[in-house]
Amino acid sequence: MPSILSISGVSKTYATGFTALKEVTLDIQRGEIFALLGPNGAGKTTLISIVCGIVNRSTGTVTVDGHDISKDYRAARSLIGLVPQELTIDAFESVWATVNYSRGLFGKPVNHGFVEKVLRDLSLWDKKDAKAITLSGGMKRRLMIAKALSHEPRILFLDEPTAGVDVELRQDMWEMVRRLREDGVTIILTTHYIEEAEAMADRVGVINRGEIILVENKAELMRKLGRKRLVMELRNPLPAIPEAFSGYALELSPDGGQLTYTYDNQAERPGVASLIRDLEAGGIQFRDIDTQNSSLEEIFVNLVRREP
Amino acid sequence: MTLRAAMNFRAVWAIYRVEMARAFRTVLQSIISPVISTSLYFVVFGSAIGSRITEIDGISYGAFIVPGLIMLSLLTQSISNASFAIYFPKFVGSIYELLSAPVSYLEIVIAYVGGAATKSIILGLIILATASLFVPLHIEHPFWMIAFLVLTAVTFSLFGFIIGIWAKSFEQLQLVPLLIVTPLTFLGGSFYSIHMLPGIWKTITLFNPVVYLISGFRWSFYGKADVSVGVSLGMTLVFLAVCIAIVAWIFKTGYRLRN
Repeated sequence: MPSILSISGVSKTYATGFTALKEVTLDIQRGEIFALLGPNGAGKTTLISIVCGIVNRSTGTVTVDGHDISKDYRAARSLIGLVPQELTIDAFESVWATVNYSRGLFGKPVNHGFVEKVLRDLSLWDKKDAKAITLSGGMKRRLMIAKALSHEPRILFLDEPTAGVDVELRQDMWEMVRRLREDGVTIILTTHYIEEAEAMADRVGVINRGEIILVENKAELMRKLGRKRLVMELRNPLPAIPEAFSGYALELSPDGGQLTYTYDNQAERPGVASLIRDLEAGGIQFRDIDTQNSSLEEIFVNLVRREP
Repeated sequence: MTLRAAMNFRAVWAIYRVEMARAFRTVLQSIISPVISTSLYFVVFGSAIGSRITEIDGISYGAFIVPGLIMLSLLTQSISNASFAIYFPKFVGSIYELLSAPVSYLEIVIAYVGGAATKSIILGLIILATASLFVPLHIEHPFWMIAFLVLTAVTFSLFGFIIGIWAKSFEQLQLVPLLIVTPLTFLGGSFYSIHMLPGIWKTITLFNPVVYLISGFRWSFYGKADVSVGVSLGMTLVFLAVCIAIVAWIFKTGYRLRN
């Protein structure tokens, strides 16, 4: 699939001397949902801000659908919609006025029908005459999205879009993201709710200390780096893990009724079969057995910890 | 490439409309408040004190101060309108939208400075109309009166735009208008002719750029000026050029916007 966004060797050093990004290279494919994960201060927002033209980069090039963001900034920016992390709206403007303003700012002709559709899709239509200051936090978040969609972008950046929003709104938002993707919009999101990246993203990128440390198809990433857990409910609780099992990565629950074995599912010999055989031989019986995949969150934490 | 394709006129119009809408939303602060304060100047200086002052250059004192009063409001309002217009989105963070939009620097300046200048020109004309209720007015050079009005409004809106980008707090936003512009305007011949000053002060006053603005503007009304009209026009254009150069540098470097 051809890339719609190409970031090549982008670095950013602020006037304070702080280096927020180091030689970042990243390609985003047309029509995909890409989740950019990283701890606070990793450089996610700086990267998004550079692509959108909000922050000047120190080095590197960025092209959006083939348009250089400096030389051909009009064409590049026209394709991008941005929903920033903070709720930053002119509080005294009405919903209707501020969304139409955004559309005009991006050079699109007046289209009240389209703006109405955007507001209806985001359940904001009955608030169209309300001033932004009177809206709830969730409504303001919807308004930020409406503004970003007002000029019909082909790439949508969602910077921590669900931070601080309730469950219902979060679900609505993800539903909207799916609809946009069906319409061919490329979505790039950063989130701390890793389960959402897990549920939504096609690919995942991990950024830490200004460097992209991994970009991988989500399913592949989970397959490669995922660890599995084998959880056994014991018929008779154990006071401690017997010495004979010290070679296995076993954990015993505090009540002694549950044994957990963590293993690498990519290993040639994960050791599950031999463990079960040894347990039986040792007279340790279990009444139930379950396996669990590690979550994307665990993978992410492990990756970031691995960094020096 | 046609001008229509090269310029994002829709963006210019969108920003301009928002700026004008803000003025109408805050009509009390934007229009009524300066009109009331100008009327008070007329009551105090024009009638109460002015009635005891003889004519200056053959002009009644009440009429003499009209151009100075309009300039006073024009300068302060141009600066405050433009500085607030760009500082407010910086303060609340909504500037991200402007910076991420397909808008050129020129378009941003045209829209914001155009909005601020329009508001202060309207205000200047309202003050002129208010003044005509207190004193009989005569405008000898209407074209030049409008030219000085527009030129000054645009120049000081640009100056305000620079202050708005430079300011990191509301305090800084007020600093330059309060500590520099207002004193310079009061000392720039708003209420007197600089010929009335003793020798050394007259020379010092000539370093005050506002003297040239007020003098030129007063000339357009009464055909009499403290300094030559050509010098007034030249000084205004120099200040305009300096402001344009600073704005160009700001946008080239991203100073306090993209860093």
